[in-house]
Amino acid sequence: MEFKSSQILSKLATSDQHAENSPYFDGWKAYDNDPFHPTQNPHGVIQMGLAENQLSFDLIEEWIKKNPVASICTREGVDAFKDIAIFQDYHGLPEFRKAVAKFMGKVRGRRVTFDPDRVVMAGGATGANELIMFCLADPGDAFLVPSPYYPAFDRDLSWRTGVKLLPVACESSNNFQITLQALEEAYKNAQKANIKVKGLIMANPSNPLGTTMDKDTLKSLVTFINEKKIHLVCDEIYAATIFRAPNFISISEIIEEVECNRDLIHIVYSLSKDMGLPGFRVGIVYSYNDTVVNCGRKMSSFGLVSSQTQYLLASMLSDEEFIEMFLKESSKRLGNRHKIFTRGLVEGGIKCLESNAGLFCWMDLRPLLKETTFEGEMELWRVIINDVKLNVSPGSSFHCDEPGWFRVCFANMDDETMQIALRRIRTFVGERKEMDAQVNNKRWKKTLRLSFSSRMYYETSLSPHMIPSISTSSFTTCSCDLNIYLKVII
Amino acid sequence: MAIEIEKPTVGLSKVAVSDTHGEDSPYFAGWKAYDEDPYDELCNPSGVIQMGLAENQVSFDLLEQYLEKHSEATNWGNRTFGFRDNALFQDYHGLQTFRKAMACFMEQIRGGRAKFNPDRVVITAGATAANELLTFILADPGDALLIPTPYYPGFDRDLRWRTGVKIVPVHCDSSNNFEITPQALEAAYNEAESMNIKVRGVLITNPSNPLGATIKRSTLEEILEFVTSKNIHLVSDEIYSGSTFSGEEFVSVAEVLEAQNYKDSERVHIVYSLSKDLGLPGFRVGTIYSYNDKVVTTARRMSSFTLISSQTQQLLASMLLDETFTANYIKTNRERLKKRYQMIIDGLRNSGIECLKGNAGLFCWMNLSPLLEEPTKESELILWKSMLHEVKLNISPGSSCHCSDPGWFRVCFANMSEQTLQVALTRIHDFMDRRKAMKTSN
Repeated sequence: MEFKSSQILSKLATSDQHAENSPYFDGWKAYDNDPFHPTQNPHGVIQMGLAENQLSFDLIEEWIKKNPVASICTREGVDAFKDIAIFQDYHGLPEFRKAVAKFMGKVRGRRVTFDPDRVVMAGGATGANELIMFCLADPGDAFLVPSPYYPAFDRDLSWRTGVKLLPVACESSNNFQITLQALEEAYKNAQKANIKVKGLIMANPSNPLGTTMDKDTLKSLVTFINEKKIHLVCDEIYAATIFRAPNFISISEIIEEVECNRDLIHIVYSLSKDMGLPGFRVGIVYSYNDTVVNCGRKMSSFGLVSSQTQYLLASMLSDEEFIEMFLKESSKRLGNRHKIFTRGLVEGGIKCLESNAGLFCWMDLRPLLKETTFEGEMELWRVIINDVKLNVSPGSSFHCDEPGWFRVCFANMDDETMQIALRRIRTFVGERKEMDAQVNNKRWKKTLRLSFSSRMYYETSLSPHMIPSISTSSFTTCSCDLNIYLKVII
Repeated sequence: MAIEIEKPTVGLSKVAVSDTHGEDSPYFAGWKAYDEDPYDELCNPSGVIQMGLAENQVSFDLLEQYLEKHSEATNWGNRTFGFRDNALFQDYHGLQTFRKAMACFMEQIRGGRAKFNPDRVVITAGATAANELLTFILADPGDALLIPTPYYPGFDRDLRWRTGVKIVPVHCDSSNNFEITPQALEAAYNEAESMNIKVRGVLITNPSNPLGATIKRSTLEEILEFVTSKNIHLVSDEIYSGSTFSGEEFVSVAEVLEAQNYKDSERVHIVYSLSKDLGLPGFRVGTIYSYNDKVVTTARRMSSFTLISSQTQQLLASMLLDETFTANYIKTNRERLKKRYQMIIDGLRNSGIECLKGNAGLFCWMNLSPLLEEPTKESELILWKSMLHEVKLNISPGSSCHCSDPGWFRVCFANMSEQTLQVALTRIHDFMDRRKAMKTSN
């Protein structure tokens, strides 16, 4: 009997909900095919689509060298090996939970304290976001999410859970801030369409905006969800990436000031961005709802943090002196990097949304669009990938309502590479403006003939997938483990 | 006086409020009793001895010796792939060296009788995640998997809870040593059909938990024939494959496929883990090995929710690629498990208790049916309670494993020292003596 894969796998497996067909990932493919290297491939694609924090590894490496006992796989630490290796309790190592709770408090300037018994582990923030959805919503239920939002939410929150995402558009006219009006409208539309809204999920600090929410907005959100009796999930994974005023205000602080049903409040956290340790898969669900904590704990069996990693991090995060120093230094370096990068962009004629956090900027490239449409955005994006050789992420992949915005990451490279990227941008913007002027000139002269240089740009906009698609077989073997970010969680 | 603000109960998901997490089973109640009064040789010699936990603690010294010689710090000082690169590595393909190491280790366990391609290895945080993930991929909510009884109690949660998939048991009993028969498979399949439930696959554990025995080659061939004829999947959970007492008796489904030139192999998927064979359950190391390309691709994407810590991948990649170390480990581990098994079997026999003939695993399948008042599940639970509260041994009742024959119990022997095992055997001996005395006096 013939074995037909399409009939024989689940609907989940055969759907497109893994969301990897988004252009967001096409850019990475271009990078993988032609990755920049300062000496070996200086004309390659520079990766600016990866929100990683690579600026402060030296600090962590030094700590590890000084604390061999924190690793159970060293001569100094091996006595603890057996107990740690067999520890699979889904409560997690008590010292790990304590350390995480303390760390979360420290990141919020000690303005609030966190209860270690509410700390639930998950497989990275990816796992944490999915876990909280499984706890709060049934298949077919919906969650409101302010857009633009992190592209992988489509997979993380919906794929296996069956939960719908309802984007609530934010606009550049008020710096993409979420408004109560937009929320009310979205909620009302859902009611009309008979869609059950179970909650609101948002990232604060925001990805891709790099901004934090002010107190009044947060308060009004809490009032909104409390009144509608729906959940509020705050993804605070960029909490320690604040590099300048205004300060970060966590939902945990707001609920001390606003009367609300705490059973509705849940925080998602991770060490992937704040500490720069995405490989360690440390995801946390912190819920004020006892039932969710209990249920979430049981569910965490499907994505526990390796006890080896828990042990190491328990030690590191409890070292108060180190953490104090690390948070301060990391923030300083991010701030410096942000300043240099945005200044460089401005010199090249590019403005960004004013931001105070995150590992990226939200670039306004509307002036460079041939037409103010998403096709125009795609055309511009392909030029940036193929000709300028920078992998940046188009706003449409973040479900942005307005074309022309791009997210560009700045913390995942060294200073020299960043300067090269800025140089390329400046050159490109100059040429583009020059070309625009030429085209406009010709148009004004009523001629239909396009110049050769402009044709190059127009041709790239015609075919939907200019970047050669790569079959999965080419992803398979790699001769070394270095830097092959093929399919990465960002 | 403050007015209480009435907080209305707020809705959670159906999954959250169901009890399919399975923790209300006696399987877990025994653990609670242990947690409240745990045995300790010096501090609490009359406490409950934990015999419900299938852990392998007999070979840690070998691991510790390896680690003392191959410090993690040295690994991280590596210039080409040091700490930084490791901490950043979140690619869901997993470290290539780690996948290669797992493939090699799986080959070594099977004495080289089957080959594994590292590109078919998908990583997950433990076999718990691997089994759930496969279920998401192979079945829709409301569909069913056929599972031979008795089976690991955790399957009720792992395969059903969030997936919405059902389990239809394939009944095996003591009349033929609990072997899986084509008739039993067919009966289960028909039962599902009669309830209008679509069967998507069969899941076997080989070596079996709780039986502690490997599945015969001929049975594997029959199972393969069955799934092929019904055009459904076969998942073979082989997490105890390195815990056999001899190198020869275990036959993996991979070997059967190789012998038939991999015909019809896209319906077969193997689950593996290092939790039992290497005794590292805390490290959360699970893998799915599928002969189906689409399953590999989809499983890879889905593993995003449950990847293995890159720190752990790195450590184990080095360890498992060290063939001298692994060869010695596999051999020594087998010998020690065999010795433990012999000790418990002899001890039980001296007390007048027989077990199913076993050749693998970290437990034995004990037959206490002669002690039952009546051949019922209720009688079994009464007996179980007296084992727990009177004899102070936490053993797992067969009913929690969905065994259709009452009176069988799973008893773990590898998660304690030899001295503790001796204490447990003495307690059982005394218990049996007391019962004999009671009977005589009656």
